[in-house]
Amino acid sequence: MSLRSPLGRVLGLGSAKDGTDHFISQRISAIALVLLGLWFLYSMLTVESLDYLGVLRFLASPINAVLLALLSVTVSYHSWLGIQVVIEDYVHAPGLKLVSLIASRFAHAFIAIVCVYSILVLGLGA
Amino acid sequence: MAEFRLPPNSRIRKGHHHSVANGSGNVKRFAIYRYDPESGENPRVDTYEVDMSSCGPMVLDALIKIKNEIDPTLTFRRSCREGICGSCAMNIDGGNTLACISAIADVGGDIRIYPLPHLPVVKDLVPDLTNFYAQYASIKPWLQTRTPPPPDRERLQSKEDQELIDEPSACILCACCSTSCPSYWWNSDRYLGPAALLAAYRWLVDSRDEATGERLDYLEDPFRLYRCHTIMNCTQTCPKGLNPARAIAETKKMLAERRH
Repeated sequence: MSLRSPLGRVLGLGSAKDGTDHFISQRISAIALVLLGLWFLYSMLTVESLDYLGVLRFLASPINAVLLALLSVTVSYHSWLGIQVVIEDYVHAPGLKLVSLIASRFAHAFIAIVCVYSILVLGLGA
Repeated sequence: MAEFRLPPNSRIRKGHHHSVANGSGNVKRFAIYRYDPESGENPRVDTYEVDMSSCGPMVLDALIKIKNEIDPTLTFRRSCREGICGSCAMNIDGGNTLACISAIADVGGDIRIYPLPHLPVVKDLVPDLTNFYAQYASIKPWLQTRTPPPPDRERLQSKEDQELIDEPSACILCACCSTSCPSYWWNSDRYLGPAALLAAYRWLVDSRDEATGERLDYLEDPFRLYRCHTIMNCTQTCPKGLNPARAIAETKKMLAERRH
């Protein structure tokens, strides 16, 4: 039990003076995803084939490779921002919250790097 | 983790039934949440049959009639009975509103009445609003200036400037909006909630106030402000027809604006 005043509890540790960048980044990445998503949809509808050689041919085009890499990174980034909000909303145990936030960060960075690496390998015809 | 289920001692049981004394045909049933922490018992829902031929038109009229004539232990807050004090805010037929301006005729079937959601219950329909009021106090809901007031008159405001604060000033702090917000349910210890943020906005757009920057500094926080995910329950439920969601969106725009 704490005898701290209700106002003292509300004021807590003070303002983090943060959150606006997160808010803006989430919206800008959403706009980027609309554009990249439309391109990806168009590409998937018009691609000749989705077997290994078809994908190699698709990624041999630098524009396709760059846009697909951009899409992968943007999806990972936007998802990281969103999952962070979900964890902050629902996970309240301090230790578990911190571990979840760090794990989410690692997982999203890993996914983004794997995607970009795969696109490079296939696109450059290694 | 966020609590998605009531703790065992808060789960609601079926309560007592109070039949109407005389057999009048015009009877409405009220199912009302009852809880007395001193009894050590779980909350229950009591049902009361009310003879509508001798009852006023509003839900508050029925509550007062039940307390006066059927069960004097029923506990609820009420004062002005005309929608300006905010005391009788409660959850009626699944939505937060004021009992005094909710017409019984607008609810089909039995009328279910619960306290405002996700607040500690003091007794029956009376929730503990301590944290809610402290959040309101934390946004410093008063005029802050550096310019001394003119010696011969009040601080002037144009008609257009006054119109900006007309709507947010009409908030009666009934807490219907904040307690309808899922984000407030999960994080009311750190998220200020729509009522306090609407009040903060009222001072952000007051042309006479000179602490806009400090007020924005206070709000710029991932929890205090940015827990709002634009769910809009606040605007839907406000019994005064105000729009806290828009005020919060405008506040976010002001914070974005001063970045670039």
